Amino acid sequence: MADRRVTIIGSGPAGLTAALYSARANLKPLLVEGLEAGGQLMLTTMVENWPGFRDGIMGPDLMTEMRVQAERFGAEVIQGDVVRVDLQNRPFTLTLANGTSLTTDALIIATGASARWLEIGADRKLSGHGVSTCATCDGYFFRGRPIAVVGGGDSAMEEAVYLTKFASKVTVVHRRDTLRASKIMQDKAFKNPKIEFIWDSEVVDVLDEGKGEVTGIVVQNLKTAQRTTMPLDGVFIAIGHTPNTSLFVGQIELDANGYVRTHSGSRTSVPGVFAAGDVQDHVYRQAITAAGSGCMAAIDAERYVEGLADHHPPEAATLQTTS
Amino acid sequence: MASEKVKTFTDNNFDDETSKGVVLVDFWAEWCGPCRRLAPTVDALASEFDGRATVAKLNVDENPNVPGRFAVRGIPTLLLFKEGQLAETIVGLRAKEDIAQMIQRHLGD
Repeated sequence: MADRRVTIIGSGPAGLTAALYSARANLKPLLVEGLEAGGQLMLTTMVENWPGFRDGIMGPDLMTEMRVQAERFGAEVIQGDVVRVDLQNRPFTLTLANGTSLTTDALIIATGASARWLEIGADRKLSGHGVSTCATCDGYFFRGRPIAVVGGGDSAMEEAVYLTKFASKVTVVHRRDTLRASKIMQDKAFKNPKIEFIWDSEVVDVLDEGKGEVTGIVVQNLKTAQRTTMPLDGVFIAIGHTPNTSLFVGQIELDANGYVRTHSGSRTSVPGVFAAGDVQDHVYRQAITAAGSGCMAAIDAERYVEGLADHHPPEAATLQTTS
Repeated sequence: MASEKVKTFTDNNFDDETSKGVVLVDFWAEWCGPCRRLAPTVDALASEFDGRATVAKLNVDENPNVPGRFAVRGIPTLLLFKEGQLAETIVGLRAKEDIAQMIQRHLGD
């Protein structure tokens, strides 16, 4: 007997919706929150596109509501980080950072994606000393100071606009000559007098590692190869995300970019392992699509464990009823 | 919400409070989502190290001087002091076990 019938890794909209549905199906799911509990919405302020809230809702508040709602129906939510999984043997085994391990019949992977860093080293070393991937966390420290935002998508524009509340000037550095951001976010950014754009350019260095704080960036124009040093006090990086799938490498099928491959709903290459949210979606990446796919994973997992309870693999059970 | 084992530091009492023993300070603010995530970890550490190390929080909104002195420009940030000297810094979220090991390392000396 496995310790759990359904276990969920991750506590963003996908994981918590999966927990809600599994709990209401009486499966008493266990949800392991992970280090970045609550997921990416914990780093946002007002969420204006979550249906049902005409005036918007604060991201962290939305996540608290989702967690409490899942718990109300019997989901058990625990703090902790899964450091190892065994998906080759059944039931599956998960090991947590505190050394405990548990077994589960079905697993729902909802580990999401985390902010990507520049691949230059200096940015990570100066993290917390002027380099940030979270405008809502760190914008406050840049009152009246000049800063840069790196990236050209929706989150980059959102951060740039948000940061004008604090910074004296926000310079957006983008690799291309047009933005990838949605029209509405582009308009907001272009209209803001504090925001300036540097096109066709990338950040090749962040200064000053020796001093231990940000004093400027070196920007290279990709067309002319010309390098310019810009003195400023902060750099916010918003160049996209990478899926959190290192736990599963070699055990389930991933695509070339590291995302979990799903088929027929939320199924992965291993029967009994399901995936939901940004960990398997690099196209839509919305809170509402993550929640929707979490619901799908819970329903798929429920059918799977019901099949196990009948001592038939689910496929065989289907054949019997149709013959 | 915060455990009573967690002390509250301010710009005024900071130097006194960090002058002796091993002291872990959590720099945080109300509006910081990741700080909320870290709060239960900090509470648990305060109970775990009760009587052996001091665990405290400093609100950066109400106390701008101390964060400035230590070049804290992102939160959550954890600073570990030993006998008044800054010994280690952790920026961002970290598993409870990792932070506990760090405190333990400095208690062990």
